[in-house]
Amino acid sequence: MREKAKILDRDSIGRALLRIAHEILEKNRGTHDLCIIGIRNRGVHLAKRLANAIKGIEGVDILTGALDITLYRDDLALASGQPLVRKTEIDFDINDKILILVDDVLYTGRTIRAALDALIDFGRPRSIQLAVLVDRGHRELPIRADYAGKNIPTAKNETIEVRLSETDETDEVVILEK
Amino acid sequence: MTWNRKDLLGLEELSKEEIESILSTAESFKEVSSRDIKKVPALRGKTVVNLFYEPSTRTRVSFEVAAKRLSADVINIATETSSVRKGETLIDTGRNIEALKADIIVMRHNFSGAALMLARHLNISVVNAGDGWHEHPTQALLDIFTLKEKLGRIEGLKVSIVGDIAHSRVARSNAWGLTKLGAKVTVCAPKMLIPPGMEDFGVSVTHDIEKALKDADAVNVLRMQFERDGETAFPRQLEYFKEFGITQNRLKRAKKGIIVMHPGPINRGIEMSSQVADGENSVILEQVTNGIAVRMAVLFLVDKTRDGRE
Repeated sequence: MREKAKILDRDSIGRALLRIAHEILEKNRGTHDLCIIGIRNRGVHLAKRLANAIKGIEGVDILTGALDITLYRDDLALASGQPLVRKTEIDFDINDKILILVDDVLYTGRTIRAALDALIDFGRPRSIQLAVLVDRGHRELPIRADYAGKNIPTAKNETIEVRLSETDETDEVVILEK
Repeated sequence: MTWNRKDLLGLEELSKEEIESILSTAESFKEVSSRDIKKVPALRGKTVVNLFYEPSTRTRVSFEVAAKRLSADVINIATETSSVRKGETLIDTGRNIEALKADIIVMRHNFSGAALMLARHLNISVVNAGDGWHEHPTQALLDIFTLKEKLGRIEGLKVSIVGDIAHSRVARSNAWGLTKLGAKVTVCAPKMLIPPGMEDFGVSVTHDIEKALKDADAVNVLRMQFERDGETAFPRQLEYFKEFGITQNRLKRAKKGIIVMHPGPINRGIEMSSQVADGENSVILEQVTNGIAVRMAVLFLVDKTRDGRE
């Protein structure tokens, strides 16, 4: 895979998240009943950053959780190699809450479908809204993002790689091509 | 991920990394049992057959609960009421279950090596739920999982196994698993209940319970089966409890916070006193809870490996 272009750098990721934080607050008229749940792995880091950004704006601590969707994937039987099951950590009651579901890249929509199934098993939230850092198109299911950091038209043979300092030493989003 | 076996037959054949991959997968599965809806769709549409040639309630129920929490369908076959009574061989029984398009057989059998033989003849997954005196891998895995959860590590721990070592598949699987992960294992029992060559497992042997408890981080107490002794059972039980029973007094002389485990069912007043079984050192019921997570992990891993190959 060859690196074709850098789409977002550290500053632009920070600005996109700050804008999304403002949009979440605007749409929900504040922080009441708001919780943020990240999809493992990078969605969890983004969820924590969003919670920090909201705290910076409103001075309120937002509950955050981590969701592993491996057990809900529709391609478990097709996956090559052993899928790695990680921990789901949602230590609060999600009933009647407004959940902001966070992932790094929105692509086919199948991950989000699995995440919705997983969340419904935990209770009945009042609403679930989707926030992603990058929307690259090519949806295979009727799913859309409520908040997107950046829309990037891509070809199917390209890959979007999100690197976050929590796990990857640097903050950037790049397009890789075969 | 280092797991690529379609079967789980014993801990002897596993590497340290393979054992650790089961333990870390089990950690993720533990959370499922604490939800309101205790179910994930990971094995939806899969069929698990519990094939038990020996009576067992706790292991069978534990596997059944684990399979159901993964959304698999479960069929229980108790051989007392099956065609095994009509003389069907183990391999034939296995092939028939395979022809039903089942995906996993969980088998308890009174012959050592039965699970291995079945696994060699079938393409579907086989999980050993105890074969003769040989191995009971999921019991040892849940013991090790519980120890790791309680003490944060296995490497460097001192673990004593007390009881009928000679006839115990739990002791063997624990000895393999614990030594591979770097624990120091001591087995303790009357002379006639320790098989020759036990040192080959890399474990120490003692016949003195005080020595076994001294410095130990944990003691795994095995079930004594005096039922077979008929009339002499009662005096022998009393004698055993006096010599080897785990009591509060003996624990007072042991390391503070020593973990007391037992695979169940407990004979109160034989292997340990009621005060110990219900006391603060005991993790016996946590073992039962952890057994579900460990068995979910095993069923999931063997199934996904087999799926990946097909």
